[in-house]
Amino acid sequence: MEIPIFKQGEYLIVSIQSVLADVDLMKLQDNLVTQVGKYHTRGVIMDIGYLDVIDSFAARTLRNIAYMVKLRGAEVVIVGIQPDVAYAMVQLGLSLKEVETALDLEEGLVLLKQRIKAGRDND
Amino acid sequence: MTDEKRIAIRFDGDIVTARQEGRSLAAHFGFSGSDLTVITTAISEVARNIIQYAGSGEIILRLARKNGKSGIVIIASDNGPGISNINKALQDGYSTSNGLGIGLPGAKRLMDEFTIVSQVGKGTTITMKKWIR
Repeated sequence: MEIPIFKQGEYLIVSIQSVLADVDLMKLQDNLVTQVGKYHTRGVIMDIGYLDVIDSFAARTLRNIAYMVKLRGAEVVIVGIQPDVAYAMVQLGLSLKEVETALDLEEGLVLLKQRIKAGRDND
Repeated sequence: MTDEKRIAIRFDGDIVTARQEGRSLAAHFGFSGSDLTVITTAISEVARNIIQYAGSGEIILRLARKNGKSGIVIIASDNGPGISNINKALQDGYSTSNGLGIGLPGAKRLMDEFTIVSQVGKGTTITMKKWIR
């Protein structure tokens, strides 16, 4: 199942709309890192609200994706983690470490704009 | 719906199947809310463990009863290389496969009961239970 990536100005929006096998996440990793370069993306939002499970593999892959995108010069915000998923992740001992998160797409966009602005001000 | 499900674990897509079957069976047994997510996450970790270390195996999900309580028992078994040091395998951050080393200790934290029986060269069986609160 190919995960759709939408281009919106200087942003890319990843909207997961199906259950994911490990290979799907790996494919997303490759596609996203390529597209960030292709479109000179400044910011990426990954909406993972559809996911009803985030296990250690998914958490590690999401974290890796965020680091890779950052190395390609864009900011990343992960949005939409469900309350039950957050609960299970904490019990499991998982964290997304330094990856930015926001409640939903709207708040994610606000955070992303702030991050991009902060990055520009530091230049 | 029957009270038992068996899922063959041979490739990574089967992890998704095990999760989905586990969630629906747990709901059928009377679990709800965050417990469903917790059970599903634990199933995902032990299923991935099978793929990663043994290549293939099986997950059995069935109804558990004890002292008037009911719950779910999840048995993940394989005929893989086995675990030589179970205590180490249950330590956070210990991994022989470049993973996070969080899978098994994490699954143990998610469930109420968790036992590993393993024989080097023969295989591993993980049995874990969660009771309805």
